Amino acid sequence: MANFEPKIVGFLCNWCTYAGADLAGTSRIQYPPNIRPIRVMCSGSVDSVYILRALLEGADGVFIGGCHPGDCHYVSGNYKERRRITVLKSILKSLGLDDGRVWIRWVSASEGKRYADSISEMTSHLKRLGPNPVSKYWSL
Amino acid sequence: MKKEVVIEVKDARVKEAINSFLESLLEKNLVSALLVPREVPSKDNVVQSLMTNSNGLKEVNVISPVLPVSSARIISEMTRLSSYKNPVGVVLRSCEIRALIELVKLKQASLDNLLIIGVDCLGTYSVSDYQNLCKQGNSPSDELLRKFKEGGEDTKLRKACQVCEYPIPSNADLVIGLIGVDFEKNILLKSGTEKGEKILENFSFLPVRACTQTGPEFNQSKREESVSKYLSKKIEKRDALFSEMKEETSGGWENLLSVFSTCINCHNCMRVCPLCYCRECFFESPTFEFGSEKYLLWAKRKGSIKMPRDTILFHLGRMSHMATSCVGCGLCEQACPSNIPLLKIFKMVSYKVQQIFKYVPGRDLEEPLPLTTFKEDELRSVGEE
Ligand code: SF4
Ligand code: SF4
Repeated sequence: MANFEPKIVGFLCNWCTYAGADLAGTSRIQYPPNIRPIRVMCSGSVDSVYILRALLEGADGVFIGGCHPGDCHYVSGNYKERRRITVLKSILKSLGLDDGRVWIRWVSASEGKRYADSISEMTSHLKRLGPNPVSKYWSL
Repeated sequence: MKKEVVIEVKDARVKEAINSFLESLLEKNLVSALLVPREVPSKDNVVQSLMTNSNGLKEVNVISPVLPVSSARIISEMTRLSSYKNPVGVVLRSCEIRALIELVKLKQASLDNLLIIGVDCLGTYSVSDYQNLCKQGNSPSDELLRKFKEGGEDTKLRKACQVCEYPIPSNADLVIGLIGVDFEKNILLKSGTEKGEKILENFSFLPVRACTQTGPEFNQSKREESVSKYLSKKIEKRDALFSEMKEETSGGWENLLSVFSTCINCHNCMRVCPLCYCRECFFESPTFEFGSEKYLLWAKRKGSIKMPRDTILFHLGRMSHMATSCVGCGLCEQACPSNIPLLKIFKMVSYKVQQIFKYVPGRDLEEPLPLTTFKEDELRSVGEE
């Protein structure tokens, strides 16, 4: 397990977190290369099914990056995503599944450091959790 | 002012007493049609029928303990494109009204010119149990009323009904009350809205108020007491079901896989669910059509994959889309050819979700659907993982 490298699927909002990730890069901030970012137009466009799909296909974690509350480019997408993620986490918990593999963070375009820190934190959290158990089950 | 009156029942013929009220609604032109449960000619099922005159009213049975399809779906089908111009009476159970309210919020149905007549629900049998009872020569309605009167638990009822905490209709224009009522002598008829009140003005039923002094016996406080006793029994059973479920899910993925191991991905559960309103289900869209190589790729990754694919994704995804509005009707479970305990799963998961937002589906037309709204100052811990 020592060399387990978690795979994180990231859904990053074009207007904030994606730019924040860019800034982290151009500022040469070091962070683990475990995230596979997908650029989306708004965190509010990330339906739970996408997240579930990633988890069921064996992603060790899913990271959603959106604008800080109040700063959504489309006014309220992040607020709605916050509810959606709350629902998803509640469903996972009710079914005895780990909801700690889904993270949402608010990261603005100027917060390169916050983005890098978030990915570092999530990577070490997932390393502690170990690989997503779904890959054990062919019948899933 | 709420109006409460009693309908007199002759010779303990409950069904007939209700039917004569329905008949006068048509005869007095208070409604131009009725959507009512009616026995099919083979007498072994009861289906909703849209009646424009009282021919066949003898076969109408609004207390029949069977629910093949939720009328919420039917009303959505009838009113989605255009609402009624003249009053149409619809006789519904609580779960159907609650689902209908959700569908109206989802803009899938219109209440315009509908006169909602709710009936206290004593529970329903599965379609096949109902049919078997009929084949044995019994009248399921009479049997249910008898058992209810005796106060015994009817473990043959569908699980959804055994644990239903909303047997009394809310948001109805008129309510036909049976629980806590000596229905072999009198039935309660109550207005819930102004519209319902106006309807009652056309009848000369005895007001409940008058009953205590003269004429037929009717005890209002007895009804309230029985109703609350009945409800607490149901809630107890619901909580027992939830703790059963909690134990069963402690196994995580493994448990989930075993619960759904017999799922054939037929999507019946979605098709009958009154809340699954999408014209085209995402899970039946081209998103889920893949080329041959894709399957090989997936199989290579795990060594092998189960076919058909994506059954668990379907169930989890469906939950994530409709758990905020699930009314616990259990029709998903009734329609499942593989006997998967869907009610237990969906009701528990949905209850937890609804609690977060203090939302009760079907409670109030004005209450926005949880996933269409938000508060700025809420759920602060989300985003702080
Ligand atoms: S999920 Fe099942 S119990 Fe819930 S509303 Fe749909 S059919 Fe009824
Ligand atoms: S009805 Fe039953 S078998 Fe069919 S998809 Fe739903 S759970 Fe699976």
